[in-house]
Amino acid sequence: MLHIYCPYCGENRDQDEFKAKGEAHISRPLDPMGCTDQQWGDYMFFRKNPRGVHHEMWYHVAGCRKFFNMTRDTVTYRIYETYKMGEQPSVTAESLAGGQS
Amino acid sequence: MQRFSGFGLAKHALSHHENWQRMWRNPTPKKEYDVIIVGGGGHGLATAYYLAKEHGITNVAVIEKGWLGGGNTARNTTIVRSNYLWDEAAHLYEHSMKLWEGLSQDLNYNVMFSSRGVYHLCHTLHDLREGERLVHANLLNGIPNEMLDKDQVAREIPALNCGKNARYPVMGATVQRRGGVARHDAVAWGFARGADALGVDLIQQTEVIGFRQSNGVIEGVETTRGFIAAPVVGCVTAGNSGVMAQQAGFRLPLESHPLQALVSEPIKPVLDCVVMSNHVHGYVSQSDKGDLVIGAGIDGYNGYGQRGSYNTIEHTLSAIVEMFPVFSRVRMNRQWGGIVDTCPDACPIISATPVKGLFFNCGWGTGGFKATPGSGNVFAATLAKREAHPLAKPFSMDRFYSGALIDEHGAAGVAH
Repeated sequence: MLHIYCPYCGENRDQDEFKAKGEAHISRPLDPMGCTDQQWGDYMFFRKNPRGVHHEMWYHVAGCRKFFNMTRDTVTYRIYETYKMGEQPSVTAESLAGGQS
Repeated sequence: MQRFSGFGLAKHALSHHENWQRMWRNPTPKKEYDVIIVGGGGHGLATAYYLAKEHGITNVAVIEKGWLGGGNTARNTTIVRSNYLWDEAAHLYEHSMKLWEGLSQDLNYNVMFSSRGVYHLCHTLHDLREGERLVHANLLNGIPNEMLDKDQVAREIPALNCGKNARYPVMGATVQRRGGVARHDAVAWGFARGADALGVDLIQQTEVIGFRQSNGVIEGVETTRGFIAAPVVGCVTAGNSGVMAQQAGFRLPLESHPLQALVSEPIKPVLDCVVMSNHVHGYVSQSDKGDLVIGAGIDGYNGYGQRGSYNTIEHTLSAIVEMFPVFSRVRMNRQWGGIVDTCPDACPIISATPVKGLFFNCGWGTGGFKATPGSGNVFAATLAKREAHPLAKPFSMDRFYSGALIDEHGAAGVAH
């Protein structure tokens, strides 16, 4: 069971209040009509799905109903950080690899 | 291969069953094969078996990082059915169903396939309409399926709460009577034994850590035991497919999620069929040992940890108790998770990839077990001819660019 810190509420809350919404930092193509089928398919369906550090979007559905981002390990399920929409993660796979050496 | 028979059982009893042949060899990998299959689960082993049996390609290696059938093959709820809505999916799963029906004889290995009937409950008017639609779509595809009213359901599944005081009263059900359950481990072992007897090398405890390619053409795989060459590589790695694709240098439209299941303590026979409910989100059957086999939904987050969240289990059990109040005091014995690779349209990917000679068979998501023989059969044909089997063609990766998705969320969303 995850214990999740909502960056908007400023509190740790139970996982039951949240919904996972998949990979974060995917921006909609600025010119959708100009996209090739390949670009549009990549945007719509293709995902990173890493084994390890993952930046993903979560939705505080039974709380403040805001979307936020999370950096989490997909093997240990450890949550490194949560941060607001529009912000960049401070923990990444590269920073963790660097920190360990 | 030593054939199994009633006579053999009696004969070996005389020597206290101490002289049975091993079911497969444990070979040292050769330097080169005609085909390498990455992943020794049910689908991978079935692929190897049909490659050897139907296409005469026996210089084949199955490379498995753990042990045979130790992933999702060992973790599913063993349900077999073919009542999918869309033509493409229905044909693929029906192909599999027909193989199930003769599998024990074909493999000379008892996979304990039991056509005990799979019921999909309808709790709302909408469920009933969708049920009717599914039944008629199946009938048009030559797949027998029936619609039952509430009284028939109550008669056929006495333990089910069909009363009007239920939170979501049962209004009817569809039933595929040919559907049922099979013994999951036996399926992997049967295919492994069959493939080994035909000359396939089953290489366990060996992990594929990379794909060697030059100018976009596959040359072989890098493993923890060195490089092994092959002009054709088939990747059947379920939940780990995204990681494998990354090693080969492309992405897949997959997300890996934990999917949990649990079994209860063994109880006397109470349920002689498989019952599923999309509406309250639960499915249950009773194994031959007597324990209730219960499947949960996937956890919403991406995960590779082979375990999920407790709240998912709680939701599942509340659904089971809603359907079967009589189970409310049964204690749960074991609970586990597997990693399923889910596709945006809840249908698998059986496809060529941007790397020539490298093929993927993945994305079976929450319902791959039932497809084991069919998946292996069409993927073997695909690898042998290096072009998609007619049944596999619609399941190409290209559909995510062309838009020709096969939306099976209705048939696959809950009902694994």
